[in-house]
Amino acid sequence: MFLLKGEWYDFRDLTNPIRSLLDDLGLPGDADYVIWSLLGGAGILLWLILSVLAFIWIERRVVALMQNRKGPNRVGPAGLLQPVADALKLLLKEAITPRATDKYVFWLGPVLIFIPTVVVFAVIPFGERMALADLNVGVLFLIAIAGINTPAVFMAGWASNNKYALLGAMRVIAMLISYEVVQVLALLGPVILVGSMRMQDVVGWQDEFNTPLLLLQPLCFAAYLIAGAVEINRSPMDISEAESELAAGYHTEYGGIKFGFFYQAEYLAGFAVAATAVTVFLGGWTLWGLEDYIPGWIIFLSKLYITFFVYIWSRGTLPRLRIDQLMAFAWKFMLPLMVLNVLAVGAEIMVWHETEASRNVALPAIGAVNAALALVLVVGWGRFLGHGTGSQKGHRATLTREVGKIYYTGAEASS
Amino acid sequence: MDSVDLEHYLIVGSLLFAIGMYMALAKRNFIGVLIGIELMFNAVNLTFISFSRFAESDAPLAGHVFVIFVITVAAAEAAVALALAVLLYRVRETVDVDRIDLLKW
Amino acid sequence: MEDTGSVIAFWLFAAMTVGAAVGVAASRNLIHAVGMLIISFAGLAGLYVTLSADFIAVAQVLIYIGAIAVLILFAIVLTPEAGRHNQEGFMRFPAVALAGITAAAMIYAALDTEWVLSDRPGFEGTATVIGDALLDKYALPFEIASVLLLVAVLGAIVLVRPEGAEEGE
Repeated sequence: MFLLKGEWYDFRDLTNPIRSLLDDLGLPGDADYVIWSLLGGAGILLWLILSVLAFIWIERRVVALMQNRKGPNRVGPAGLLQPVADALKLLLKEAITPRATDKYVFWLGPVLIFIPTVVVFAVIPFGERMALADLNVGVLFLIAIAGINTPAVFMAGWASNNKYALLGAMRVIAMLISYEVVQVLALLGPVILVGSMRMQDVVGWQDEFNTPLLLLQPLCFAAYLIAGAVEINRSPMDISEAESELAAGYHTEYGGIKFGFFYQAEYLAGFAVAATAVTVFLGGWTLWGLEDYIPGWIIFLSKLYITFFVYIWSRGTLPRLRIDQLMAFAWKFMLPLMVLNVLAVGAEIMVWHETEASRNVALPAIGAVNAALALVLVVGWGRFLGHGTGSQKGHRATLTREVGKIYYTGAEASS
Repeated sequence: MDSVDLEHYLIVGSLLFAIGMYMALAKRNFIGVLIGIELMFNAVNLTFISFSRFAESDAPLAGHVFVIFVITVAAAEAAVALALAVLLYRVRETVDVDRIDLLKW
Repeated sequence: MEDTGSVIAFWLFAAMTVGAAVGVAASRNLIHAVGMLIISFAGLAGLYVTLSADFIAVAQVLIYIGAIAVLILFAIVLTPEAGRHNQEGFMRFPAVALAGITAAAMIYAALDTEWVLSDRPGFEGTATVIGDALLDKYALPFEIASVLLLVAVLGAIVLVRPEGAEEGE
């Protein structure tokens, strides 16, 4: 099905040059495997760092365009050297360690936040044979490694010996653990449909049935994007590092390259969430047969960058959410919807297997049912919780004749 | 040192269990005791998984299922025990287990 | 298991786990103890991977490091004992003796017994089989475990509700 010829110059699969190089060296099995993995990891790291550099510039220019101003345009031609200037600035700044902090934990904080965001890329398939570690529990691995962020953020906030940092850290952790549950359930829907947690199996299922799982599980896709945005503390949910509110939250006391680690961890985590969403929901490195001609990793990277652009778009457009709005949204709105969605997917799979319907009948039916369910649930549950009926429009105050009293027209005062 | 057998894993499990037991018996801080109990749970998990891998059995993955239940019960127990620790601090102003001896005058 | 990769991995992770556990017992500061506990959990996850228990390894990381360690850290923050010491009480030497005797007895039992071993090369993918077992043969413990979690969550909430709080929704 795939036309990979396997020669070393066949760049449709980037493992071909490395494989032919290692075969020429002729090392014993274990050393060969170790060197292969190290080269793959180094390649992923190199790509990640280059992407972060590029996207620092892209994000600032795009957000500036959306906000009707110019972004950085002074440093190089059209501001293209701005990331370099940022990196140099962070490297050359003095990284102050306050005296009363816990020195080891303070130093370890940025490292512990950087490591999970990079390790996640080990299971993501960039092409047909380009997954560094194709685990049998790949989807769960992503969630577990993202869960390491939680104590890391706490350690960072704690070690700063700063009440505001600790408060910011505790708020962030409350957000993280709430949306971790939503994230797990959102990724559970596609896994039930596919029947396997291996990332290459998920992509293979989408290729075999010719439908991206976005069409079959729209609610899960939206939920995963939202939960992912919260997990990476990205606007509109960047309450943890709201510069105007908590004096930069849990990384208040970090300066210089330590802050640089937090800064790039935000972009890396954004790439990780976008990569997961692309692999699980959007079809990964396949594009309805086009991957025979265009390299799979180019298709994957294009989809990744487009998904990350959606995050940049939401940063430039949406206002920031409050912490209580976020928590209410997770526990009262997202969690019941996700549980109902899992129930619905299980029922659909059972009906499909019982009736032995062909895929051309079953899949559109499942997609239609899921889309209708998503619409009904979102609108209906939102109405049930009291949003969206228009009763929260502000009322215009009118003064009465009595001095010092203000009466609102219409119904009671809106909350 | 050229192969790894069941005994190696059992020895690691025993050491972890002993260290957890020491912490559960000897620490003065209530949370230290709880950390020791969590270490003991982990030692038990390791023993179950190693038996499931190496031992002759009809249902080799029963050990894994048991470990899932142990993890679940450990999580529930940690939640309730830590809630008790917070409540204890609120009532007695201390979490030092040597000073919470209200039952003996 | 005889291949060098597994042997090296076992010794590495076993040293990490036991070393971090000793560090937990020996740390003076409670936050350092929890940090070493997290390292111990990670070492255990590595040991599970060498035992080809992939689902349990990932579950260990997800639940123990991602949730229980955070729970312990929260409890430490909410109980601000001065200094947050992690020192031992007066039962130190009896506890060392008892732990030593327990470890010696278990190690002797592990080394002395003739275990009935099988030659299985290692599980391929455990998640499917575990899922089948949980919903088929062990469905009742599964449901009881979910009720247990519900009871634990409710109990924790009821225990730490502030005094005299008004009735919520």
